[in-house]
Amino acid sequence: MKFIKDFFEKTEPLVQKGAKYHWLHSVHDGFFTFLYVPKSTSKTGTHIHDHIDLKRTMTVVVLSLVPAILMGMYNTGYQHFRAIGELASTGFIEVFIYGLLKVLPVIIVSYVVGLGLEFVFAQLRGHEINEGFLVSGILIPLVMPIETPLWMVAIATAFAVILGKEVFGGTGMNIWNPALVARAFLFFAYPAQMSGDSVWVALGNADKVVDSFSGATPMAQAAAATSVNDINFSVADAFLGLIPGSIGETSTLAILLGAVILIVTGIGSWRIMISTVAGGVFMGVLLNIFAVNAYMEMPFWEHLIIGGFAFGAVFMATDPVSAAQTQKGKWIYGFLIGVLAILIRVINPAFPEGMMLAILLMNTFAPLIDHYVVGAHVKRRMKRAKVSAN
Amino acid sequence: MSEVIKLRKGLNIKLKGSAEKVLETLPVPATVALKPTDFPGLTPKLSVKADNEVKAGDALFYDKYHPEVVFTSPVGGKVVSINRGERRKILEIVIETNENAGSVEFKKTDPNSLSGDEIKEQLLKSGLWPFIKRRPYGIVASPDDKPLAIFISTFDTAPLAPDYNFVLDGQMDTFQTGINALKKLTDGNVYLGVNENSAFTSVKNVGINQFSGPHPAGNVGIQIHHTKPINKGEVVWTVNVQDVLFIGRLFESGKVDFSRIIAFAGSEVEKPKYYKTILGAPVESAIKGKLKKADYKQRIISGNVLTGTRVKQQTFLGFYDSMVTVIPEGDDYEFLGWATPGANKFSASKTFLTSLFPKKEYEMNANMHGGDRAFVLSGQYEKFVPMDILPVYLLKAILVNDIDKMEQLGIYEVIEEDFALCEYACTSKIKVQDILRTGINTMIKELG
Repeated sequence: MKFIKDFFEKTEPLVQKGAKYHWLHSVHDGFFTFLYVPKSTSKTGTHIHDHIDLKRTMTVVVLSLVPAILMGMYNTGYQHFRAIGELASTGFIEVFIYGLLKVLPVIIVSYVVGLGLEFVFAQLRGHEINEGFLVSGILIPLVMPIETPLWMVAIATAFAVILGKEVFGGTGMNIWNPALVARAFLFFAYPAQMSGDSVWVALGNADKVVDSFSGATPMAQAAAATSVNDINFSVADAFLGLIPGSIGETSTLAILLGAVILIVTGIGSWRIMISTVAGGVFMGVLLNIFAVNAYMEMPFWEHLIIGGFAFGAVFMATDPVSAAQTQKGKWIYGFLIGVLAILIRVINPAFPEGMMLAILLMNTFAPLIDHYVVGAHVKRRMKRAKVSAN
Repeated sequence: MSEVIKLRKGLNIKLKGSAEKVLETLPVPATVALKPTDFPGLTPKLSVKADNEVKAGDALFYDKYHPEVVFTSPVGGKVVSINRGERRKILEIVIETNENAGSVEFKKTDPNSLSGDEIKEQLLKSGLWPFIKRRPYGIVASPDDKPLAIFISTFDTAPLAPDYNFVLDGQMDTFQTGINALKKLTDGNVYLGVNENSAFTSVKNVGINQFSGPHPAGNVGIQIHHTKPINKGEVVWTVNVQDVLFIGRLFESGKVDFSRIIAFAGSEVEKPKYYKTILGAPVESAIKGKLKKADYKQRIISGNVLTGTRVKQQTFLGFYDSMVTVIPEGDDYEFLGWATPGANKFSASKTFLTSLFPKKEYEMNANMHGGDRAFVLSGQYEKFVPMDILPVYLLKAILVNDIDKMEQLGIYEVIEEDFALCEYACTSKIKVQDILRTGINTMIKELG
């Protein structure tokens, strides 16, 4: 492996400021630091530093997404073969590979477009390449319906990176979760392609769909239901992830596995996860009590396993940059996400899924929540000052 | 004794190479130096020139704005050189020791029979005053201060820090004399922060608070916060344990005696143990021939790994430091270092295998382990600051230079050492201590 290091060290002077290949500086630096942790040592302050860095942190998040990715791939194949009525005659491996081949291009497009832009911006602004997109780049495909055209994925990714992140100054400065910005962009820019029952299931070249098959997601089903008995998706399927939906959001089980990784490593905020679920349950129960239609009658806990609720609570709401930053703020922020998500879902017929909008809305208000939490903290401190002055 | 104050936040960094409880006395070094750079914010004015003969206790330099605060020579001998840095800033005043040069004679009296002003005068003249620091800001106390209380932490929780129960063995009477002198300087109390099984619980004339918990429980700033938190306009003083001994010895013998026991520790030290030496001794005199032979670079630190100063062999021990730590420099690339399982990488996070073995000690080097980033994660710093303070918001207030906010968020209560763990654990490698000192300097400049 020494020759790689030698190559990077030798080429380093060529990309310095004023040198011929300076325009490649960020690329050089990005790849070099990816392959080798830099040799820089502490100059001021503490002499020892924790081994953790942003690369490690982001890797853990990607790792926690792996169960959801794999389940998403399998489910893509599963829905396809179910739609064309060949599920019983197709092997597990074949189902998975079909999904893999459908999902992989979406992931590749997202990473190529996003990382390409990251490199360009790092070079223009003269900072190091930030690892934030390692996570955003996989979150974006996971919140897309499988039949989203690849060019739309590319445009949405570019929109998210540029207007969702870089205009604010890059990773750490953005107001909204970039992956949700991408999703929201598509939702509002291409509503026709992004809704309906056909976008959730990859049909491929098959033109015949078995008669009994409906590509409707449980949420679409619930919204259209006239009686609570019409909402008849299988709870086991919803929990395992064998229902139509965006690629990575369907399997509550896989998401729970990810949540365990995030909580055990301390990377994801358990406060936000718990408070989001609590908010969802609270609103769900409230709607159950005052139920006047089928959707409101749907048992509150079913909300947690359908749609993007679990995925949003575990992977989106917890984005440390766009979430509330104070401990108390996190409880409030998460709870309101849960409440709003279910409220939008059930009450607003225009938006079948409330999670995306609820998180984006609370991202917007997170600084305000923190402002008041910090304000209360200062007030308490000032009160202490007065007490001791007497 | 009052109840135990339990602190949960913080972290004990398990560094390899703690000092064995064996004491060895080092010979008097050939040269000794004082470094005005050990005192943040000080503008030194020289009282001596090169080639002047001095006695132990003679002034070498003084504070331009408080000429009564003098810094005296720890040994008798001759000033051999005054080393300057950029813009003629004074870095070191080096004295060649001569054991026959003698000491300046001060009053030899029981401090209980003296008034506060007499004690103050004696401390100022003998150069012991600078061992008294003030909060807010962690700088040398002003003789005009009216401290509400004086705080002394009798245990150090920093990595590899010396055990003061061992260091003060047999010197408790002198410590008591020092305490008696300090007690006269405040209308309030002298508070000792002690840990479990402390020998200091027998000290009289003081208020004793017992603390338990991981580092930074031993930091005096944390102890003040949980005893009598500092508000705007209030001043308290702090003194290090061994510096109380200096005060005690001065009143017991009428002479200055700056001998100090240091812990010499770290994974690069062949046999880590305690040494008795003198303030301002050259680092070389303490460590020569005691480091492991290595074909890589080693880093020598006067102080602990969190707050110490990087020194070269030829330089001198810091004014307030009670230990020297040596760790590997670690200035090497590591192939895919961020991706390894990390069976030997200690971390405050739980993303490495080492978090499964909380008791094990690890070797750590001075590598940054990653590049500089913006604040990304939240809630990380709060885990290491056992105070009612929001560290990130305070740091951000400093970054935008908002003095009102800094004041409201508690800048009077903290100095660098209290936030050092945040800097250690920071994923984004933010220079927390530098930022905090910038803020403190701003406060001193704007509000005095």
